[in-house]
Amino acid sequence: MNASAQNSIIELRRVCHTFKKPSGEPLVVLAEIDAMLREGEILGLLGRSGSGKSTLLRIAAGLIQPTSGEVLYRGAPLRGPSAGISVVFQSFALYPWLSVERNVEAGLDALRLPRAEAGRRAESAIDLIGLDGFQSAYPRELSGGMRQRVGFARAIVADPIALLMDEPFSALDVLTAETLRTDFLDLWIGHKLPLRTVLLVTHNIEEAVQLCDRILVLASNPGRICAQIPITLAHPRDRLGAEFRSIVDEIYSILTLRSLESIRTHAQAAVGVALPLPPASVNQISGLVEKLLSPHYGGHADLPELARTLALQVDDLFPIAEAIHILGFAELIGRSLKLTAAGKLFAEGATDERKRLWREHLLQFVPLASHIHRVLEERQVHWAPRSRFETELEDHLTRQEANRTLRAVTGWGRYAELFSYDAKLRRFTSI
Amino acid sequence: MSGLGLRPPLLTGGAWRTRLPSWRDAGAIILVLAMLGLIGTASHQLTAPWVSTRQPQISLSPGALPLYALRTTSRMMLALLASLLFTFTYATLAAKSRRAETVLIPLLDVLQSVPILGYLSFTVVFFVSLFPASVLGLEMAAIFAIFTSQAWNMAFSFYQSLKTVPHDLDEASRSFRSSGWQRFWRLEVPFAMPGLVWNMMMSMSGGWFFVVASEAISVGDIQYTLPGIGSYVARAIEDRNLGAVGWAIGAMTITILLYDQLLFRPMVAWADKFRFDQTEAAASPRSWVLDLFRRSKLVRLGARPLGRALRVALYMRLPFPAERLNAGRAPTLRRVADFVWYALVLAVIGYCIRSLVGFASPTLRSRDVAEVLGDGALTLARVVVLIIIATVIWVPIGVRIGLRPKLAQRVQPIAQFLAAFPANLLFPVAVFLIVRFRLTPGIWLSPLMILGTQWYILFNVIAGASAFPNDLREAAASLRIRPWRWWREIMLPGVFPYYITGAITASGGAWNASIVSEAVHWGPTRLDGAGLGAYIARMTEAGDYPRIALGIAVMSVLVIAMNSLLWRPLYNFAAHRTRLD
Repeated sequence: MNASAQNSIIELRRVCHTFKKPSGEPLVVLAEIDAMLREGEILGLLGRSGSGKSTLLRIAAGLIQPTSGEVLYRGAPLRGPSAGISVVFQSFALYPWLSVERNVEAGLDALRLPRAEAGRRAESAIDLIGLDGFQSAYPRELSGGMRQRVGFARAIVADPIALLMDEPFSALDVLTAETLRTDFLDLWIGHKLPLRTVLLVTHNIEEAVQLCDRILVLASNPGRICAQIPITLAHPRDRLGAEFRSIVDEIYSILTLRSLESIRTHAQAAVGVALPLPPASVNQISGLVEKLLSPHYGGHADLPELARTLALQVDDLFPIAEAIHILGFAELIGRSLKLTAAGKLFAEGATDERKRLWREHLLQFVPLASHIHRVLEERQVHWAPRSRFETELEDHLTRQEANRTLRAVTGWGRYAELFSYDAKLRRFTSI
Repeated sequence: MSGLGLRPPLLTGGAWRTRLPSWRDAGAIILVLAMLGLIGTASHQLTAPWVSTRQPQISLSPGALPLYALRTTSRMMLALLASLLFTFTYATLAAKSRRAETVLIPLLDVLQSVPILGYLSFTVVFFVSLFPASVLGLEMAAIFAIFTSQAWNMAFSFYQSLKTVPHDLDEASRSFRSSGWQRFWRLEVPFAMPGLVWNMMMSMSGGWFFVVASEAISVGDIQYTLPGIGSYVARAIEDRNLGAVGWAIGAMTITILLYDQLLFRPMVAWADKFRFDQTEAAASPRSWVLDLFRRSKLVRLGARPLGRALRVALYMRLPFPAERLNAGRAPTLRRVADFVWYALVLAVIGYCIRSLVGFASPTLRSRDVAEVLGDGALTLARVVVLIIIATVIWVPIGVRIGLRPKLAQRVQPIAQFLAAFPANLLFPVAVFLIVRFRLTPGIWLSPLMILGTQWYILFNVIAGASAFPNDLREAAASLRIRPWRWWREIMLPGVFPYYITGAITASGGAWNASIVSEAVHWGPTRLDGAGLGAYIARMTEAGDYPRIALGIAVMSVLVIAMNSLLWRPLYNFAAHRTRLD
């Protein structure tokens, strides 16, 4: 709403963050991030899981020091948690042994206020957030929505100017989340808080479009900003309005493009084996392929619509869509998913036919699966330890990704009856 | 919203249900005491004083140590087998029969509060009279002492598991029409396995202390030595040979490490497959020995017939007798049976009271009772002060270690090893120093009580701090909470349940250790620090059974009182407070 106000409150300059791999090599989580939290805006940070968006928030909050680059808070370097910046956590992060009142008062500790003054300010924050009557309750007695309200009250009690929210609504059910979102917007728009800027980390596209004045889309591996989308719609925003939908569609297109690019670059590289596989199960894949064939879609589905009708979040839908794309049962184009001829056969086939197709496609399109298969065939003993493939993958992927990829290929390979896996001995065996 | 993962891994459930002491506990105390008293006096009258003609000579050469270590270890193993057998029968009976439960569970509560070395004084005579003029009786007495240090918490864990088998699993196996016997081995035992293995490990840690203490004992006229590391140290003390004590400490260290690698790690890794929650753990316990066994063709080939025989035996369609009894009885008949049962229990307790009075009245005077109560107060004060000192030292250190994952990973196994190490092997060193520097035994002997068990506080606090949720730490950092409030309102409440778990174990251990640490000797020099432990030790040496029984009774009552008035409420309070769901 205040696109003209260029006053930056928190500024990230060429921020990089790396973790050390077990082998000692650095693993880049965030690469060269430049971002600015401006006066008077709600900035959205949108990305899929593993894109480093929570790490970025923690860097902006001073909870983590970036490996390189700098963070400026009102023009001065930020060297740790600072007065004026507060955080709302996805898990609420309430102390179970403190009452609501004491939890909120914890937010005032740094101010060294006299006892009575602290009590008075906690009381007014509790009032404002709509927690009146719950002062003496313990977190365990509260519903999820009420718990997050305590989280909010604690975050605003010390009158911060920047509020950093890490997926604050994602642990709540749909209705509760909606209530909290509108309540927050009311406070923000009505200037009932001294807050001057807000950062919202989320993987929920509609939530970002509903709340934010500007959205940064984060791409994974390494995390970097791949798009910036200003939103000038007036509040309250109509989720079903054409403009709202077109922004949502645009973001889906951006995310799909990122997926395809990532798959393509990995597949084209000399090391196709290291194509990271999305964490999608055989049942989820089959389910979505069948859904695509249903008369409603007729083999062609729009991802935003799929997400809405199946009530799936980006983090649930994209892995399945990517898996289907990799296996060649459907194609990701633009922001839609289009069934292939093989996909049609698969959806219509009985178990045996499905398994045959699955096996063919696995061998053809998933280099890791054919690699494992070949190694097992070649070896005299017809087994190979998991660690062998793990090391191969870890040359190119993070440990977490390598693990996820191996877990996916294990499930897919078992279904195809291409190989089996002994969890006790942690080794693949041929069938 | 699930819990925060703040719940400590041990003692959840187990003996720590909220249960106020009731008339049942009083009955149980009487039963246990009468049992001990009867065993002691009866067998004492049966046998002539046992004078060994062939006392084995203990060699102080370090070359003899491997063999001694092996013998000590085998006693441990046999006791563990006996404990397992006891667990499977006693706990199952308690879980399956409502009537048995009313007696067995309070009894178990009392049994685990009796100081373990207290059993020894009575059972030695009993086993010696069973096998007169044979080492077998002595071996069995030692094994029984170790058994008493292991069996109770294993039985409790198993009982608790049987009581909490998930309803849907139980219904599923009933719908397959499995018999009671099949259900036991296919569902109940596997379900109880992780908890049982964990408790076995805790039992073992405690067991080393008592195996060492039970190898060289004199009760009245009976003096015996069983070849082992414990008797090696006893001999070294007599000879004032500090070097030999050092060798024994080394041998014990190696033994415990081997035991851990060869037996326990494989067992824990194996029991992991019985974990009930079906999520894949990020780091499941691993053991190279187990991997070796699983991969070796030879082992698998050899194990196959055994496996087949086990399968046939365990999956037979045997019904459980208890189930047949309970099935389809008329309610009146049940009430009559209940009445008969309780009448029987009361009659037995009545008989026990009478025999206890008969046992005690000829010798015990009120003066004795006053003396024992005074000594008990002294030892109680020591336990309390020592726990407070250990808390003040180890809680801050444990929190600091636990919050640094890399450091915690390195320190945690050391703390666990120290907890398992029998501290009584170190006593001679301390006694030597006290004698050397002419320190007051009443004060300086006290720390020995907690020498071995303080580590339970340390490693539980480390575990608690490591498990402290990261988001709660980040919230505290982000709110810039000041140090004083950080300790008082954030960290200490967070590790509190873990600390309580450790403190309970430490205090129980301290009571047990008082019997061997309040009165010690170095060669002919005797140090007596007074207190209830010293009293029991003195009476044991004199073979004064009524007074041993009095000492043990008072100690048991003190332990039970401390548990039910202090630890149990604190534990429940802690568990309740850190719960989020």
